[in-house]
Amino acid sequence: MTDPLQPPPRRNPILPLRPPTLPPSARSRAALRMTAAVAEGRFELQACHDCGKVQYPPRDACTNCLSVRLAWTPMGGRGELISDTLLHHSNELYYRARVPLRLGLVRLAEGVTVLAHLHGDCPKAKADVRVRAHLDKAGQATLIALPATDTPNMADDRMLREMTSDPKFRKVLVTDGKSATGQALCRALIEAGADIVWAGVAEPWKQPPGFDALANLPNVTIVPLDLTDSRSVDDLGASIGGKVDILINNAEFHRSHGIADRRGTETARAEMEINYLGLMRLAQSFGPAMRARAAESSVPATAWVNILSIYALSSLPTQGTFSASKAAAFSLSQTLRAEMRAAGIRVVNAFPGPIDDEWTQLVPPPKLAPAALARAVVKALQDGVEDIYPGDVAQDLFAKWQESAKALEREMWDQ
Amino acid sequence: MSAPRTRYDDVVVAAPVTIPYVRYSTKDAHWFLARALAALLKTSGLEKEEIDGLGVSSFTLFPDTAVGLTQHLGLSPRWLDHLPFGGASGVIALRRAARAVQNGDARVVACVAGDTNHVDSFRLNLANFSRFARDAVYPLGSGGPNANFALLTSHYMQATGAKPEDFGKLCVAQRDNALLYPHALFKKPLTLEEYLSARPIADPLRLFDCVMPCAGAEGFLVLREEHARRLDLPYARILGTIERHNAFPDDPIQTRGGWVLDRDDLYAQAGLGPEDIDVYEAYDDYPVINCLQFEGLGFCGEGDAPNFIRRNTFSIDGTFPFNTSGGQLSVGQAGAAGGFLGLVQALRQVTGQAMKTQVPGVRHALASGFGMINYDRGLCTGAAILGRA
Repeated sequence: MTDPLQPPPRRNPILPLRPPTLPPSARSRAALRMTAAVAEGRFELQACHDCGKVQYPPRDACTNCLSVRLAWTPMGGRGELISDTLLHHSNELYYRARVPLRLGLVRLAEGVTVLAHLHGDCPKAKADVRVRAHLDKAGQATLIALPATDTPNMADDRMLREMTSDPKFRKVLVTDGKSATGQALCRALIEAGADIVWAGVAEPWKQPPGFDALANLPNVTIVPLDLTDSRSVDDLGASIGGKVDILINNAEFHRSHGIADRRGTETARAEMEINYLGLMRLAQSFGPAMRARAAESSVPATAWVNILSIYALSSLPTQGTFSASKAAAFSLSQTLRAEMRAAGIRVVNAFPGPIDDEWTQLVPPPKLAPAALARAVVKALQDGVEDIYPGDVAQDLFAKWQESAKALEREMWDQ
Repeated sequence: MSAPRTRYDDVVVAAPVTIPYVRYSTKDAHWFLARALAALLKTSGLEKEEIDGLGVSSFTLFPDTAVGLTQHLGLSPRWLDHLPFGGASGVIALRRAARAVQNGDARVVACVAGDTNHVDSFRLNLANFSRFARDAVYPLGSGGPNANFALLTSHYMQATGAKPEDFGKLCVAQRDNALLYPHALFKKPLTLEEYLSARPIADPLRLFDCVMPCAGAEGFLVLREEHARRLDLPYARILGTIERHNAFPDDPIQTRGGWVLDRDDLYAQAGLGPEDIDVYEAYDDYPVINCLQFEGLGFCGEGDAPNFIRRNTFSIDGTFPFNTSGGQLSVGQAGAAGGFLGLVQALRQVTGQAMKTQVPGVRHALASGFGMINYDRGLCTGAAILGRA
């Protein structure tokens, strides 16, 4: 049985910080396609389109019939652990700090043998197990075998926690604590066991419904944060930047305009100030400190979440400037991901459809309830997923976008 | 069954050379391969220009291959072979060279294998060993073959009832042999107690189950019998050889190697059986692989190697003289040279040049190879029987 995770002890300031290290991250192009599925929470391997044979490791041609039509196919993950070992030694710095560690060969029901990390609760071989695909600290797909049935405190397993960003015992900054989404995020994080939630507030005079109750929760601390103001972001970074384990950037400026029929660029500029430049200011004030603490303690700095929009992928013309600002933020988040990678900090992007808040009153349903979005974000952290498309609209548009971005562009004209 | 293979007639193998192993070296692989080639020339009295065939095996020659080595060493061979077979490279080098000489494509083939071991080169080699290893093994922290062989060993123990003491007996016997072999890096005796109490590396493997990476080189010459005689070189006949790659791909985990498919062919070509083998040099990067070779080459039944170990001593003067140089486990694993070590020692045994490690009256020596853990198992297997001339 997994030992339940304990709150991390106070850091001894005399001890040197442990610099972050990563598992080896070089991969073939075929293997990166496995990572792409895992980033969205799916465990897929190649199955031959012509003969059906499942393949592992990822490759360019079918090992059975030489067909090059290999289709990425969801795997059930059920399999038999046929051999296991406890590794006491590794040549890589990342693993040297983490031995002893369990590895095993698992024969999947689909007929391939995979090498996988073993959850601590897996019995010795031979035993039935469930293989899950996760992103490792380097952001690449890796496999871990879990016991056949759930065990107590399963999520607290040491190796599994390397692959996830559970808010439990972590200190989280939510950049806009007042919006409906912000409040829901704070509540969901507390529910998930977060140690502290800092709720950023840009306009102290504004008291939206529910905010008082939220501010009075014992684990919630209200902090001043105006993403349009570099000084404000810097000040907060200087004050709590060295403590934030998870940063959730949900602050946004949202108006519903096209571009040609409305003169002026003020609204677009205001959207960019928060949705795009706000993210950049946060990255500069919080990024370096979070990176430095990415290997510290049992509960290190772990993740950065951006609440983007499904319209970052394909513009909604009736909200053209908003879509453009989110597309810009999406692009920036990819750079952020690259820059946070060296420390193993995961950048999670959420692409929701219309959220049921004050700015989408004229948008017909279905709309995403703020609480549902918050739950999806927390789940993404717990599951270690990198990109999520919460809600029916986002799922629908994402599926269409994957099918044909060009066709979706036309369809968006009439949305 | 395919048509019986032709024999190697008057093609022989001679001039076993070893460039002494060192744990770490500041030199490159080229240095070791050059030394091996020079040693072959010195031993045979041949001029460099007379070497018209070259077979090369090395992991650390990158970015060069055998091609670059010809310019580096000033050779103009008319037959050239690069052998990326790791632990099976010795046998495979021999059988290819033998056919080249037999058919007149080359007159003398120098087969050399060598690697350097820089302080960090082992780690870097592991990281880029193969595409599958890079994608699906190395990222999990397994630090090279240790974890792979731990998994194979663990499974083998479950399946056959092999005990740590069985593997330990082999390691101790090989160490006893190594004490008589001048190039062995391990020069202290090993007791079973020391073996069993050594620190764990990857359960069930302990320290002395794992080869130690080092630098060094090995080599031999393949030529015609009358040529060897003219050079006054002791030589051995090539009685039978086999190779196989990626045997039994559908086995969920490796419990046997390609020898199982090819051993009848090997013994048929040689006109011999396992009982005719006087000394056996196997590829021993981990003791479990010795077991698969005992079984695969017909010294005992499948899964019966533990009993075979219990029934025999493996010392030079014992009931089953085995890995008489000490094998890689006690000599050290000089990269691809590890794939030549057994064959070179078998050649010494059958030509009476094994000095203190000489088994008396050797008529037939068997050497086998195993190489290239590409993902979850070793892909290359080979074996050769050498006969006293």
